Amino acid sequence: MNLTAEHKKVLVEPLVDNNPITLQVLGICSALAVTSQLSTALIMSLALTSVTACSSAGIAFIRNHIPSSIRIIAQMVIIASLVIVVDQILKAFAYEISKQLSVFVGLIITNCIVMGRAEAYAMKNPPWESFLDGIGNGLGYSLILVSVAIVRELFGSGKLLGIDVLPLLKDGGWYVPNGLLLLPPSAFFLIGLLIWAVRTLKPQQVEKADYAIMPAHGLAHGEAH
Amino acid sequence: MEAYINLFIKSVFIENMALSFFLGMCTFIAVSKKIETAIGLGIAVVIVQTLTVPANNLIYSYLLKENALAWAGIEGVDLSFIALMASIGVIAAIVQILEMVLDRFFPALYNALGIFLPLITVNCAILAGSLFMIERDYNFKESVVYGIGSGFGWALAITAMAGVREKLKYSDVPAGLRGLGITFITAGLMALGFMAFSGIQL
Repeated sequence: MNLTAEHKKVLVEPLVDNNPITLQVLGICSALAVTSQLSTALIMSLALTSVTACSSAGIAFIRNHIPSSIRIIAQMVIIASLVIVVDQILKAFAYEISKQLSVFVGLIITNCIVMGRAEAYAMKNPPWESFLDGIGNGLGYSLILVSVAIVRELFGSGKLLGIDVLPLLKDGGWYVPNGLLLLPPSAFFLIGLLIWAVRTLKPQQVEKADYAIMPAHGLAHGEAH
Repeated sequence: MEAYINLFIKSVFIENMALSFFLGMCTFIAVSKKIETAIGLGIAVVIVQTLTVPANNLIYSYLLKENALAWAGIEGVDLSFIALMASIGVIAAIVQILEMVLDRFFPALYNALGIFLPLITVNCAILAGSLFMIERDYNFKESVVYGIGSGFGWALAITAMAGVREKLKYSDVPAGLRGLGITFITAGLMALGFMAFSGIQL
């Protein structure tokens, strides 16, 4: 296995510079729903990364044989078969977690990251590069998922992976858990704030405003674009 | 009758597809810049959801469920693992058929919906509707109500979101939060608002 500079770029770029969630706006549904605990987020990340990598590689293998008019269905069949495999494996070896993830494993089929990478990358590139691209985008997704899940589980219930980290007040400790973090809306806030942080570090990702705000008192101290 | 109204209210408000299960988020964020397009997409989702959930319900209960093939004389067959593939196939097929029917008989509606119809195949809210229906074991009538309700709830959420975003574009948002970031935070606030519905029962 020799990774050239090109391979590394394909693998690393989706982590921050071209993150599927914060920049490409793909695959948000599951990112929000499974992050109230770290364990479900980790399993979901693992499932999505393997499905994206394998489906990209599989689609890249047969990309020259897929007629363009039925390519969506062909991609769908490959992705759906892989998701069924993942679903069955989870039900066999991690039944409790597969119950908690409920329909979200099945929803990997319509996760836009998988379809998006198949359509945008795997249809035009050889299998090995597509596989790395799948892994890279899966990891970019996992990065966001895991960081949101750490915040939500640690501050929402004082635990990480079910182990007590911050001793709760009701058990004689000092930490009062923030119940809001376990509720769905907190995931929206956290991802919004995460996007803010990433874009403050990488100003080239900032979106243009639809309307320029007129500077107060006629002074030209608005942002220079 | 009461049970069905209850299910409808529950699927529209309490278990809103977009704001409490975060489903169809990609399109929810991407297509909510203008109210007109949001309404167009919302109508398309209601139509497709109303057709696909009951269709998947029939297929699941008469072909795939454990011992479902008993009517054909085949006992003890459990095809439920293939439900994922069947549901997405049914959705893709129904969207395709709907597109052709609308194009032939209702060209005005077809033009209004435009690009949104094919996009719906990959909208997770649609697939999730069918998967929730399977998980919660709805019967046929319940699945019809659930299909209409969940589609309507999603349409309601995206229309409200588009209304907020149309006003939001005139406001002075911090540079890094502009666009996607503030949209997420707005969606979070809306989700908080929808949580006020929880616990309502008829």
